[in-house]
Amino acid sequence: MSHGFLSPTGVEITFVLVGLVTLGAAVVSVTTRQLVHAALWLVVALGGLAVEYLLLTAEFIAWVQVLIYVGSVVVLLLFGLMLTRAPIGRSPDADSGNRGVALGVAVAAAVALVWVVVDAFRTTWIDLDGASAGTTEVTGASLFQHWVLPFEALSVLLLAALVGAIVLSRKRNADSGEGGER
Amino acid sequence: MHLAYPVVLSALLFCTGVYGVLARRNAILVLMSVELMLNAVNLNLVAFDAWLSRAAQAAFPHDGLHSGQALTLFTIAIAAAEIGIGLAIVLAVYRNRGTADVDRLRDTAEDRGGSDGTDATARAGVPAPGSGEKAEASA
Repeated sequence: MSHGFLSPTGVEITFVLVGLVTLGAAVVSVTTRQLVHAALWLVVALGGLAVEYLLLTAEFIAWVQVLIYVGSVVVLLLFGLMLTRAPIGRSPDADSGNRGVALGVAVAAAVALVWVVVDAFRTTWIDLDGASAGTTEVTGASLFQHWVLPFEALSVLLLAALVGAIVLSRKRNADSGEGGER
Repeated sequence: MHLAYPVVLSALLFCTGVYGVLARRNAILVLMSVELMLNAVNLNLVAFDAWLSRAAQAAFPHDGLHSGQALTLFTIAIAAAEIGIGLAIVLAVYRNRGTADVDRLRDTAEDRGGSDGTDATARAGVPAPGSGEKAEASA
């Protein structure tokens, strides 16, 4: 199978277009001054990443991304914004004073990373033809054949996080009344 | 597909997240930027899995380890746990201090010139916290 760097396939063109949308949404999400809009642009970025997973034949990961990130994490972030009484309109102090330093660090890291990875993987192609590598059947088989112990450990971690979140978000002034509840 | 496309996109998304973490002032926006960085790492894992699992399949036809995709699932679960705990911490800080701006939470900062800490507290628009509240917040 011949590969050409300047003759991209349809999958590559789609990947680049969706990638541009994703990156643009991410940039708007970290630069906009409207806090709720930042969360909504984050939805676009995470959904674009789900499409990228589909293009990389990781179907199960793509739907998990939609369920967990777009479905629950963004809703949690919006709840957090509402509960901290974030202003709905433009808030002038969304960015701190060190924007210039942050931009410098980010651009320097981007240049270094892109240079290194392009130089490292210049002659590497992913073979996406044939059977899909990420269907639910394949992912489930690998997960429950080779990764059972980490999977179970992860469920314990989720339980600990659940209990921790409940303990952290209880009202403190109830402590004195009930006494010794922790 | 050329491997450079997903890897470059992942690097750029990660740097966008770095900018957000460094430049944002609201703690919840900082958490959003952290999510962007975690997603960049996930894209890297999926891309390398799509590349390497095919190569491993040619050598070992019945060994479907798929470490990249399994680790991506674990990362997504850990990110969900992290965002829950992070938001609970931010809400607790907001309830105690009346603000979620990371620039104003300067209680453990070095006292530069003796006016910085009190100035930050005054700007936050809350009365100076008593010692009991402080101990409770740090507990």
